[in-house]
Amino acid sequence: MTESNGLRIADRKHIALAEMLKGGVIMDVTNAEQAKVAEKAGAAAVMALERVPSDIRRDGGVARMASVRKIKEIQDCVSIPVMAKARIGHFVEAQILEALGVDYIDESEVLTPADEHYHIDKYAFSVPFVCGARDLGEALRRIGEGAAMMRTKGEAGSGNIVEAVRHMRAVVSGMRRLTTLGDEELMTEAKNLGAPYELVRWIAKHGTLPVPNFSAGGIATPADAALMMQLGAEAVFVGSGIFKSKDPAARAEAIVRATTHFRDPKVLAEVSQELDDAMPGLDVRKLAESDLLQTRGW
Amino acid sequence: MKIGVLALQGDFDQHRKALARVRLAGEPVESVEIRKTEQLDEIDGLIIPGGESTTLLKLMGDWGFVPALEKFHAAGKPIFGTCAGLILLAKEVDRPKQFAFGFIDVDVERNAYGRQRESFATPGVVELDAPRPLEMVFIRAPRIRRAGPGVTVMARHRDEPVMAREGTILVAAFHPELTHDPGVHEYFCRMVARRRTALPPA
Repeated sequence: MTESNGLRIADRKHIALAEMLKGGVIMDVTNAEQAKVAEKAGAAAVMALERVPSDIRRDGGVARMASVRKIKEIQDCVSIPVMAKARIGHFVEAQILEALGVDYIDESEVLTPADEHYHIDKYAFSVPFVCGARDLGEALRRIGEGAAMMRTKGEAGSGNIVEAVRHMRAVVSGMRRLTTLGDEELMTEAKNLGAPYELVRWIAKHGTLPVPNFSAGGIATPADAALMMQLGAEAVFVGSGIFKSKDPAARAEAIVRATTHFRDPKVLAEVSQELDDAMPGLDVRKLAESDLLQTRGW
Repeated sequence: MKIGVLALQGDFDQHRKALARVRLAGEPVESVEIRKTEQLDEIDGLIIPGGESTTLLKLMGDWGFVPALEKFHAAGKPIFGTCAGLILLAKEVDRPKQFAFGFIDVDVERNAYGRQRESFATPGVVELDAPRPLEMVFIRAPRIRRAGPGVTVMARHRDEPVMAREGTILVAAFHPELTHDPGVHEYFCRMVARRRTALPPA
């Protein structure tokens, strides 16, 4: 845990690992073979899970932490950081992931929540957490609980970038707004956001989150990745977008290149030209409220 | 002077912030993000940041950085690498074996302290022009397993070298860019300044 000027946030060494992942792509993988493909394509890290979000969406049922055997198999076959997902509020899944030595735990809305009221107390762990958020208030609540990295939620497994854009814009414009407020307005703003006052003050002063902010949930093409980077993401998570496409290895490579050269349309055109079809997408507006993953957690 | 920070992936932004804190007598220090090889012609020195060395290698290979950096180094321009940057500049890399430029005569082992759980920060001392206390932050850090006779060890942790220099190459297994003290970056900028006065104009 880091405490400076009354600001209690995650341990600096954990925020530092998120710094090292910037400008990179973190790819969802379900087995060692996919992890190898991801590493070879230039992934900065992999996320181990049982099923990719689009399969979770299709199959329904309860989605849990990946099996220990699978996580170990993935850890053994790559040299890049290995992350894994725990259910929201399921601190025992998190304890198991900590014991396995995963490099980051994603307390994720993609899995079925274990607790509908409380998220995990992330300060209680020796490994860092990344959490999802739809807006600034949610991001600050998670950072207040000890998350060392944020990612905007988007709508996982949809292959549709619209929610990722909405959430990134909400966080970025929320921060910009705070920088325009007077000191006397900040307590009321903290109340309205449902966010810790000290963090609200910190954002008002610095105009940025005290931990890196990445994008997730709907990235399917190199253009999607570059869009999120131009909107202010510092790195991207790609879930179903890679291994549900027709050309995983080529697409993974193209998304890695696009994330580096996100402001260079010539490079973006070049990396996109050889690609086959992206994963099929969903119209998020046609999904029932109960099918949305982003509304899990608060 | 103009210092480039390789911005293919990693904590390049932290290096630019550290460079912004550097104060050299009589010389402003400018920094620029490097994503294309042709940009190397405009800079006097290069920093290779922390990040994932496999990702950096892949992107460097894709965009022709291997011959370009060999040319940059041969021209006598200084290079500073931290963590993944050290791995890329070393002679031999283990766990796993992978390509390295061999610009400095050290052998390294990747992730040699363990996983993120084993990452740590510790007070230390670096031998710049004078000994200077500095907090050293190690993130899934590599270990220097061998340093050749031409290499000057500039900092140690538990008797093992963690920062070293050979000629125009400076490397650290830890991340000086993550602490507020710009001492190491200032030292690198002085290396660049001295080198620049020694080199004939391009």
